[in-house]
Amino acid sequence: MEEVYFYATCLVDLFYPDAGMAGIQLLRQAGVRVVFPEGQTCCGQPAFNCGYWEEARDVARTQVALFPRDLPVVLPSGSCAGMMKVHYPELFHGQPDEAQVRAFSARVYELTQFLVEVLDVRLKDLGEPVKVTWHSSCHAVRDLGLNGEPQALIGQLSNVELSPLAREQECCGFGGTFSVRQPEISGAMSCDKAADAESTGASVLLSTDGGCLLNVNGTLEAKRSPLRVQHIAEFLWERTRAR
Amino acid sequence: MHAENEVSFRDAAAEALLDPQLRANFRRAMDGLMSKRRAQFPDPGDLQELRDLSTAIRTRSLLALPDLLEQFEAKATRNGIQVHWAETCEQANELILGILRSKGARTLVKGKSMVSEEMHLNDFLERHGIEALESDLGEYIIQLDGETPSHIIMPAIHKNKGQIARQFSQKIKDAKYTEDVDELTAMARKVLRQKFLEADAGLSGVNFAVAETGTLCLVENEGNGRMSTHVPPLHIAVMGLEKVVATLEDVAPLYAILTRSATGQAVSTYFNLITAPRGAEEKDGPREVHLVILDNGRSRIYADPGLRATLRCIRCGACMNHCPVYTRVGGHAYEAVYPGPIGKILTPQMEGVGVRHDLLHGSSLCGACAEVCPVEIPIPEILVRLRREATHDDVGSNVAGRGTGHTAIEDWTWRLWAMVLKHPALYRIATWFATRFGNLLPARAPLLRNWTRSRTKPVPARRSLQERLRAEGGPHV
Repeated sequence: MEEVYFYATCLVDLFYPDAGMAGIQLLRQAGVRVVFPEGQTCCGQPAFNCGYWEEARDVARTQVALFPRDLPVVLPSGSCAGMMKVHYPELFHGQPDEAQVRAFSARVYELTQFLVEVLDVRLKDLGEPVKVTWHSSCHAVRDLGLNGEPQALIGQLSNVELSPLAREQECCGFGGTFSVRQPEISGAMSCDKAADAESTGASVLLSTDGGCLLNVNGTLEAKRSPLRVQHIAEFLWERTRAR
Repeated sequence: MHAENEVSFRDAAAEALLDPQLRANFRRAMDGLMSKRRAQFPDPGDLQELRDLSTAIRTRSLLALPDLLEQFEAKATRNGIQVHWAETCEQANELILGILRSKGARTLVKGKSMVSEEMHLNDFLERHGIEALESDLGEYIIQLDGETPSHIIMPAIHKNKGQIARQFSQKIKDAKYTEDVDELTAMARKVLRQKFLEADAGLSGVNFAVAETGTLCLVENEGNGRMSTHVPPLHIAVMGLEKVVATLEDVAPLYAILTRSATGQAVSTYFNLITAPRGAEEKDGPREVHLVILDNGRSRIYADPGLRATLRCIRCGACMNHCPVYTRVGGHAYEAVYPGPIGKILTPQMEGVGVRHDLLHGSSLCGACAEVCPVEIPIPEILVRLRREATHDDVGSNVAGRGTGHTAIEDWTWRLWAMVLKHPALYRIATWFATRFGNLLPARAPLLRNWTRSRTKPVPARRSLQERLRAEGGPHV
């Protein structure tokens, strides 16, 4: 694999640029040339999930057009990758450009999935001993079908101890617009997730998705917890980069 | 435009969340059910095989539904079961009242039936001078308090034994206060035994109706289903029109996955096959068996290929047991007969996507429901489709209340959203402002204040990734 496209996603672009940088560096470290097309905005998921499919399609079309070459498209997000891979074909069903969109969707990967499945990377841990916990994003697992790839990468790091959550695959309560449409339920779910994370004794919670991270981080900060969150890409890059 | 008489799941859920006892009861109960189900499916491969088979059977049954219903009616009629059709709940209620009156029946003892809940049958009969007594223990408990089921198979799951003990000691004659579950059960049993013997009629639901034999299958654990359908001289069964399958052979895998998904049981304590009323030489069984087949919006759901999967449901309740929302707010917050994930797609289709768009948005779309559904109903996908129906009336569908669940503000927000995101130059300006000034937004700003109820403000990075890449001459093409 010589070349891939990188799709940052709007949440990483705006809230977690370090994770985006780290994702690009991890791919480069594995010997891959990374192409980052200009004009990236959002995969369109918020509008799609709220029922505004025309608006979602308008945005999705402009994004698909940025990736014309037959290269893998790698995203540092399970949720946005799930949208592009699984839901674009649904969104474009019966549209004149359905075939092009389907061809695009088939090339989409979440970052850890690509590092494990396609590149089969071997990571060398250069960091201090640390205990972490892992939150599976719902869409990464249940839409995209991620099956332990991020944990496998963490497992390659010799100085990292992974202390699992009691309810690792339970939703953190983010859910996009759900978090502001149903603030009470969402807040209750987030508080439970934060408490679960705290009881692992880990110092950092990792995930593939900016949405979950924003949500859990905000909740932990509100309760003045010392626990921090970090995007998996940033964590992996910090621990493996040659200094 | 917004539909009138809107219901607010958010308000009801917020209230439920403030009740620590309720939350503890649900969490404990759902944790137990999840682990029992897990224990029944130790091998993911075997589970998937059984799900595939069950999904195929339900899909195939629905595909042939009109034929199967006809075949079933003919066969059941030949067996001596009197079959009635009702398009609406009102018609179904009137039919049942008519049957009861024609026999002079004044008391009815009921096995568990969600369709009868859908019809609000008990209230209707009570208004017409007929006593309807629930005989499923959970249903009996909530009937004593005038409540509705909070779960489709464990209707009193919102109560713990202390609450039930207090209730029994107050409402059952001569009952003493005890928290011993066996003693509590014995108290209810004593009351119900007498009622079974005295009742003029029995009513039950139906889990599967078998077209080839005209048989009604009833799954239960307490024997009250058998008593209700066996002891009184008149048995009336009610079912939704989607319940029919082609053959007895189809029932076996569905039954196997139903009990395992629902309560984590390999088999239920009772499995009743009801094919005919009492024969000429037989000594027991009802002299008459009636079946009321209810539509109540099901034909409309059936007609839409994208929504038809809703009708595959075998009412196991696994989606509720695994739902992070249901687990926290319980069943009553949904203010619907069918709560939880399946209720979120079924209720709006029956009552209208406008009046119940609150339910459509009461989900984080986490997908835990679809992951465990024994017949693989794509609940999140259908939720999104129904959100589309609620916000648009030009989809070309026949969904109830389509286009009545949105506001002009919402429409314009999404238009503006698309405008910015399909023009990279506008997006660049928007992110420039967000990174420079996003942090200046007050935590009490509209929408943001919903976020900051339980979280700190999300703070944009000082420079966006794209801005940094541009500055560093990054890997652009």
